[in-house]
Amino acid sequence: MIAIVKYNAGNIRSVQNALAGLGFESRVTDNRQEILRADKVILPGVGEASSAMQYLQEKGLDKTLLALDQPMLGICLGLQLMCRQSAEGNTPGLGIFNANVKKFPPAARVPHTGWNNAGQLRGPLFAGIAPTADMYYVHSYYAEITGQTVAVCDYITPFSAALQHNNFFATQFHPEKSAAAGRQVLKNFLSL
Amino acid sequence: MLKKRIIPCLDIKDGRTVKGVNFLGIRDAGDPVALAKRYVAEGADELVFLDITATVENRQTLVDLVSNIAREITIPFTVGGGINTLNDVGRLITAGADKVSLNSAALRHPELISEIAGTFGSQCVVVAIDTKFTDGAWRVFSHGGRTPTALQAVAWAKEAAALGAGEILLTSMNHDGTKNGFALDITTAVCRAVNIPVIASGGAGTRQHFRELFATTPASAGLAASIFHFGEIAIPGLKKYLFNQNIPVRCS
Repeated sequence: MIAIVKYNAGNIRSVQNALAGLGFESRVTDNRQEILRADKVILPGVGEASSAMQYLQEKGLDKTLLALDQPMLGICLGLQLMCRQSAEGNTPGLGIFNANVKKFPPAARVPHTGWNNAGQLRGPLFAGIAPTADMYYVHSYYAEITGQTVAVCDYITPFSAALQHNNFFATQFHPEKSAAAGRQVLKNFLSL
Repeated sequence: MLKKRIIPCLDIKDGRTVKGVNFLGIRDAGDPVALAKRYVAEGADELVFLDITATVENRQTLVDLVSNIAREITIPFTVGGGINTLNDVGRLITAGADKVSLNSAALRHPELISEIAGTFGSQCVVVAIDTKFTDGAWRVFSHGGRTPTALQAVAWAKEAAALGAGEILLTSMNHDGTKNGFALDITTAVCRAVNIPVIASGGAGTRQHFRELFATTPASAGLAASIFHFGEIAIPGLKKYLFNQNIPVRCS
């Protein structure tokens, strides 16, 4: 069973639908035991960092997620919450990744909305994906590039399109909204 | 590099697509899900579903339709038409819509933009602006273009962005349906006035019109309906043409 962490309003139905399309059942849950028992855990995206983090802390889910040894995938805001610190509401993150999350400069057209490249691909998440593949992004904050960066996107500045540390994976783009290429990323994660 | 988006728009009435659609291979041309899937396969970057009945009785029909679309398509989609309250938005987002498009309701209650942005994030609020150049100014119209307002397009776009809109969908009523090309001047003016993506709509008749839009304005996306539905322009050919014209597009 795949656990999709419930922590905020937003469109998590698409994640569920994408998993179902790949033949995987999932449950949207904020129950700690259920999350710990899951084969894989997805922390979906969309929302605001400080209120999302507060929700995770109130439910004790921050500690639960840190304790996971099964593969976990953060998506969009999920990726940002897994970083050290977010400029959005000056929010301390889970600190799984050693990246900080910054806001795009005011001169930029934000949110960064639409299809953009994910390049310099590394690791199992991107098996079978062309380095020219475009993914769907929608975000106003970005994670800086570190040694844990496994995909790079460039909008105003290069940033982490994906990060990986041990069993923890995350994408800034929405694989569930990125047509065939995104489907392959999810498939790769599910077959870890 | 961020790609320029090509967005087909589907008009929905009572849960079915209206206007002619002549895709071969779709047995029931009125089925929005079948049409949506076809567009996804052809490389559309996003879809917009506009409920043109938008009556209270049809709300549940629309929510059900959104669930069906969300199950079948793997690109972002926007739903618009008759959205008046935060509750309406919540039902559509929960059913799987990525964004909602507000038009008359945003003009009546601009604070609705902030409420939605605050609850679901700016990325899911598209403010649709119907504008017509009349008496020397680009004036904003509500109620599907029937009712003039006191607002002008650039000022309203700025206000909407300041209230938390994540995108502007700008339709020139002077150009809509003419197939003579997009409204380049007002599109440029709105793009320069706001720091959020602008989707240009109205007037697309040829591939060259899309090139012209992307080469001469900062628009992030071009939206069209009938030229795609009637097969006058096929999306794969359009994308290839734009790519060869050095316009950044996603070629799947």
